[in-house]
Amino acid sequence: MATLTEQTLAAARDGLATGDFSAVELTRAHIAAVEAARPLNAFITETPEKALAMAAESDKRRQAGEAGLLEGIPLAVKDLFCTEGVLTTAGSHILDGFEPPYESTVTANLWRAGAVMLGKANMDEFAMGSSNMTSFYGAVESPWRRRGDNRPLVPGGSSGGSAAVVAARCALAAIGTDTGGSIRQPASFCGIVGLKPTYGRCSRWGTVAFASSLDQAGPLTRTVRDAALMLRAMAGHDAKDSTSVNRPVPDYEAALTGDIRGLKVGIPTEYRVDGMAAEIDTLWQQGIDWLRQAGAEPVEISLPHTRYALPTYYIVAPAEASSNLARYDGVRFGLRVPGDNLSEMYEATRGEGFGAEVQRRVLIGTYVLSAGYYDAYYNKARRVRTLIANDFARAFENVDVVLTPTAPSAAFAVGEKMDDPIAMYLNDVFTVPASLAGLPAISVPAGLSGDGLPLGLQLIGRAFDEETVLKVAGVLEEGASFTAEPAFIAGRG
Amino acid sequence: MAVDKATVAKIAKLARLRVPEENLDGLAGELNNILGWIEQLSELDTDGVEPMTSVVAMTPLQRDDTVTDGGRPEDVVRNAPEAVGGYFVVPKVIE
Repeated sequence: MATLTEQTLAAARDGLATGDFSAVELTRAHIAAVEAARPLNAFITETPEKALAMAAESDKRRQAGEAGLLEGIPLAVKDLFCTEGVLTTAGSHILDGFEPPYESTVTANLWRAGAVMLGKANMDEFAMGSSNMTSFYGAVESPWRRRGDNRPLVPGGSSGGSAAVVAARCALAAIGTDTGGSIRQPASFCGIVGLKPTYGRCSRWGTVAFASSLDQAGPLTRTVRDAALMLRAMAGHDAKDSTSVNRPVPDYEAALTGDIRGLKVGIPTEYRVDGMAAEIDTLWQQGIDWLRQAGAEPVEISLPHTRYALPTYYIVAPAEASSNLARYDGVRFGLRVPGDNLSEMYEATRGEGFGAEVQRRVLIGTYVLSAGYYDAYYNKARRVRTLIANDFARAFENVDVVLTPTAPSAAFAVGEKMDDPIAMYLNDVFTVPASLAGLPAISVPAGLSGDGLPLGLQLIGRAFDEETVLKVAGVLEEGASFTAEPAFIAGRG
Repeated sequence: MAVDKATVAKIAKLARLRVPEENLDGLAGELNNILGWIEQLSELDTDGVEPMTSVVAMTPLQRDDTVTDGGRPEDVVRNAPEAVGGYFVVPKVIE
């Protein structure tokens, strides 16, 4: 059955269309892969019965001539998306037992397109983390290993479970969310493609909120084409999210022409940060060469406020989080820890229900929003955010896309960096600026580190120009011809 | 400005988070590190720069002022730790 799970989403779509296999057969193979991959701890909830029922319905629709864009395709869903009647935890103890009575818009769009849900993927608690180690449900192990070293590695985060299952061939694709790099960094660590669309491209309705001005859903896939297929099904205007944008959803796959002749690719000087591994710099230069060979023109650009992006993010995101997480109070859903009065019940519930990193961010957020500090921290950060967005706007007057590394290093070992929050935050140094500016960005697997771990390159585009981002990503993918495989692939002996 | 133990206790109270006394010192240290690192923003001159309100320029859509959803009290309280007769139950708040 391995051939069914090791193909791309696009190949599975074609195989289903020509009747080589049914959605039920494809789903059965993936359910077996999900079971085989349990040692990775990549799922919080597996939904095999639901998957088989959805697959059977899918086969019926296809027979009736009503196949959708993702008809019969088995997917994993980050456990941040509310799924009707299926446990949704956000990786937190505080959402114990929460079964949403509604479906998030993005997942509803996927099911309407015919996709099948395999389960809910593990993640950093409330999407706060870059390692998947903050999950109440335990760390996820990457399917990758360093050459000659069997120590478990992190898959990255916060969409760590989503990235691990796609890399380990347990799902044809997964969805995640990206607030400061939570799709792109795990994609880079796991050797797969991760796309964060423009803010507003996908509805946030029914997705557990972390930082509402930054959160955006997107796909994690094994190829650029698969990301294009997924985004088309996920995106679209939603009256229930006032920040979702009402503009047509293009056929992203049609943008993958491979023709980037004459396109200008910005190379930002400020992304050559101190202490960046030489192999990352070398890979970046290779990426520039691949695009040049395909007829694009690399252009040195300046994004002068880049170094202020991370500190800005670590004011804006915790501020919004502290406000969003106020709703977890033991009254309407999830965990309740008793107290003698209402206030004590709130404090006991939140003190026990939130993990250390979430508490740290709620405290930071509360502090920067508190009387006397609001202007000095929060408003200051919002002003710097404007400067960062202006940097990109100016750059995009002269270039069509920006090429950078995705992360400053390859994956690290489980347990590392947990004692120093700032060292962990630095993982997002290259992904956070595009998040603050709301721009679409993709990570493409481009090469291996000296010890055999995947490294990604990032492309950032103009707002709502995912088509150019995907087109250039396709060329990058071809140039890199990344064929390395993780140590663990589900379903192989 | 350095955050001390008392400040952490005060923020924790504002955030309705029970933080055990023995964790206050450690948290004060961590928060000071993070705030010290964030402090580098103060070297930037942002006079006359508008604080960002929305990353994507958009005009909010208007809709008719009508009820579009509702009438599902069972759904609303279904996940409550304690509910009676369609109401959320909380510890007594009135003496």
